[in-house]
Amino acid sequence: MTTADVPLWAALPAALLLVCGGLLTLVGSLGLLRLDSFFARIHAPTMGGTLGAGCVLVASMLVSSALAQRLVIHELLITLFVLITAPVTTMMLMRAAIRRSRE
Amino acid sequence: MNALLPLAVNFALACFALSMLCALIRLLRGPAAQDRILALDTLYINGMLTILMLGIGLGSALYFDIALLIALFGFVGSTAMAKFLLRGEVIEP
Amino acid sequence: MKRPPLVPLLPVVLALVWLLLNDSLAPGHVLLAIAFALLATAAVRPLRPLPAWPRRLHVAVTLCWHVFLDIVRSNIGVGRVILGATKRQPTVGFVMIPLDLRDPHGLAMLSVIVTGTPGTVWSGLDPATNVLTLHVLDLQDEAAWVHTIKQRYERPLMEIFE
Repeated sequence: MTTADVPLWAALPAALLLVCGGLLTLVGSLGLLRLDSFFARIHAPTMGGTLGAGCVLVASMLVSSALAQRLVIHELLITLFVLITAPVTTMMLMRAAIRRSRE
Repeated sequence: MNALLPLAVNFALACFALSMLCALIRLLRGPAAQDRILALDTLYINGMLTILMLGIGLGSALYFDIALLIALFGFVGSTAMAKFLLRGEVIEP
Repeated sequence: MKRPPLVPLLPVVLALVWLLLNDSLAPGHVLLAIAFALLATAAVRPLRPLPAWPRRLHVAVTLCWHVFLDIVRSNIGVGRVILGATKRQPTVGFVMIPLDLRDPHGLAMLSVIVTGTPGTVWSGLDPATNVLTLHVLDLQDEAAWVHTIKQRYERPLMEIFE
């Protein structure tokens, strides 16, 4: 079984989600270059971390379920983990940046 | 008809490679230390998504575990660096 | 008064994570998951002095749906700001929001929700006055942000955790 054997009902939404996720992540990372202060830049990668990763993980669930011909949902673990942990790093960076810009 | 999914996988792979390039430029240029940590954070998330994309493209379930491990260690690494910036040490007595 | 929830949350979540990680529902894995969950809960108990007692789970379901909608909406908003950044850099700014929520688990959830939504980052809470400092990417209308945070997120969290 390879990717070309995925039936259409899974391939169509998965392809759509992959394109959306890729574009969202690309725009988010582009924000790292285009915004000109750190306090503006810190908001940009959150885009790729939330909806971008979510789209890709749902697509991955669809494709692996179709390939294995049963429900495969262990990608949910990564989604939950990234959703919970990415804000922690962002908050710490924000507080560090506020402290360092005061000094 | 069935070329649709490989096409989308390749497109998303290109997107993630470009985003990793953006993060790399910010990592090398970044004026302050927090910019570099933010770029590293973006870099590991994009790397994890690239690995997942390879998993979809090659139809193999092995890549899932690698992506999970990258997410775990990336979080630990960037949190440790952010904590170091915040306090000057990682593990406080 | 606080009542214990209907199901002990931590062991159930741990067992589900174990089953998801192994991607199987075989009886052996179910047994291992239950044993692992009970052992880990017992081992972790001294580390968590404040057990979480969430209630009214139907409120949590609507809250999750609202958060999902807001993530989609603000993703589009932040994307437009980034793509329009050559013409106009966004006006970043801080908003001060006095909070009524005092439960530590509720505050932790609020911080994850606020930071997980693109465009806003939680940047500190004064423990004495309970005033939240929120950093906003494109600050146009301060009162609208205060209203959104208080009505949309804080009220359901107070219903769940207090």
